[in-house]
Amino acid sequence: MNAKRTDFLATVIIDLIVATVVGILIFLLAYILISGLPHVSWSFLTGTTDAFSGAGGIGVQLFNSFYLLFLTMVISIPISLGAGIYLAEYAKDNWRTSLIRSAIEVLSSLPSVVVGLFGFLLFVVKFKIGFSVISGAIALTFFNLPLLTRNIEESLSAVSRDQREAGLSLGLSKWKTEIGIILPVALPGIVTGIVLSAGRVFGEAAALIYTAGQSAPVTNFADWNPMDPASPLNPFRPAETLAVHIWKVNTEGLASNAAQLSAAASAVLIIAVLLFNLCARLLGNFLYRRVTASK
Amino acid sequence: MLKQYSFEDTAVQTFDDKTSLAMRTENLQVFYGTNHAMHDADLAFPKNQITALIGASGSGKSTYLRSLNRMNDGIATVTGKIWYHNVDINEPDVNIYEIRRHIGMVFQRPNPFAKSIRENIVYALRANGIKGKAELAERVEASLKGAALWDEVKDSLDKSALSLSGGQQQRLCIARSIAMEPDVLLLDEPCSALDPISTVKVEETLLKLQKKYTIIIVTHNMQQAARVSSQCAFFHLGHVMEYTSTGTMFSNPQIPVTQDYIAGSFG
Repeated sequence: MNAKRTDFLATVIIDLIVATVVGILIFLLAYILISGLPHVSWSFLTGTTDAFSGAGGIGVQLFNSFYLLFLTMVISIPISLGAGIYLAEYAKDNWRTSLIRSAIEVLSSLPSVVVGLFGFLLFVVKFKIGFSVISGAIALTFFNLPLLTRNIEESLSAVSRDQREAGLSLGLSKWKTEIGIILPVALPGIVTGIVLSAGRVFGEAAALIYTAGQSAPVTNFADWNPMDPASPLNPFRPAETLAVHIWKVNTEGLASNAAQLSAAASAVLIIAVLLFNLCARLLGNFLYRRVTASK
Repeated sequence: MLKQYSFEDTAVQTFDDKTSLAMRTENLQVFYGTNHAMHDADLAFPKNQITALIGASGSGKSTYLRSLNRMNDGIATVTGKIWYHNVDINEPDVNIYEIRRHIGMVFQRPNPFAKSIRENIVYALRANGIKGKAELAERVEASLKGAALWDEVKDSLDKSALSLSGGQQQRLCIARSIAMEPDVLLLDEPCSALDPISTVKVEETLLKLQKKYTIIIVTHNMQQAARVSSQCAFFHLGHVMEYTSTGTMFSNPQIPVTQDYIAGSFG
């Protein structure tokens, strides 16, 4: 077979594989949206759930998903940023560093149920925090840390050594070089990592059943005092997320229209994830343009 | 097959007390792990002159240059003395960040920051405590003029530095270094990634800059060394073999290894 034919064949096969992947994705998205969207209404999006049957709207759950994501990111981004910078810049190439890397990999392969039960026993029971947003956020941080740390480390390492030398040769400290010069260049990669891990947080159910709880107490959206028990911002209230709600409606729900409820909630969840990805990317691009002056 | 030359047979000039020196090294040795990359380099650099370091690849000239502003810290072990204003800046307790503000460096590949042209210059200035808007603007203009880039970029200071051509980027890197108002400017093969026209521009810039700065330039291009430098040091396999005025180096080299290198027998 000559080079031209080989090349043609390889291109066709690769195109087919890509088409398969894209096809499956489009089929899934279309299926979920088509079966779910007709049941989505304004009252469904903003309404409250009947605690007994699981029927009713998902307003609180939708908010909970975003709030939990926000809290998780607030906890995990600074930690993984520090760890990523350490691994990319400061860690020497020795057995201790490879031990840390292996530990991070092991952490990322923990089953989510195990993390959930661990969070339940430690935060909910032992520390007496109870089922709460904060317990859930800490449990999800365990998932996020390995993914984000690895991602930040790789994004930073991908920036050329020349840039570091330029910073150091101007008398900038290593830290200043890292934060002011390397980090802005690595930003798009880091945003991608944050988007990916956010998708996981949105979709996670197993770990949250035991930590953030399965109840969505009616909250007063006019009350923005985080210390108040009825406030949506209170991190110590139980908070069923959308993914947990879908699971619950399907397993324990007594609502007669459980199938429609979960289909509608799934559609909303997917749209929320897509919207979040879009916004994160726009924000990332905007920040990147601001710090690098590129068009 | 590379001819063997005696490392004992060297011709290294020294300067009398009347010549004012910008820097001087004494028994400078560099080790990469167990690899002895630089042996006993004793070189002195007269103020406001351009000194060229020439030699084949692997001769240790870049290694030597990078030691002068401690850029080898954490990469190689450097022993010996580096005298700068009567201070041995190779001592471990020397503030290396302070040193690098006085001894600037320009690298082989142009490496402007992924920032605007203006920000490339003012970022390090601000980090070093220069905050006044007027002063920053002044330094931007002065340094870009010094690097002969001002006329080309004065209307696009807020554009990304990465949109400049390679030659312009390298002159921006020179501007970025001289904006710190250093004493000494180290250049590590600054033109090796540039086309001939950009190279000429950088060389013209250097000739102008020597009025204000002491310049030490590593180059593998002998014509370039002949065009720009007043002193020239020849490195061979980690040894400084010959150090004389550039005129003597190219018209009347003293020792066989230099004669062969200049004649193009190796390297």
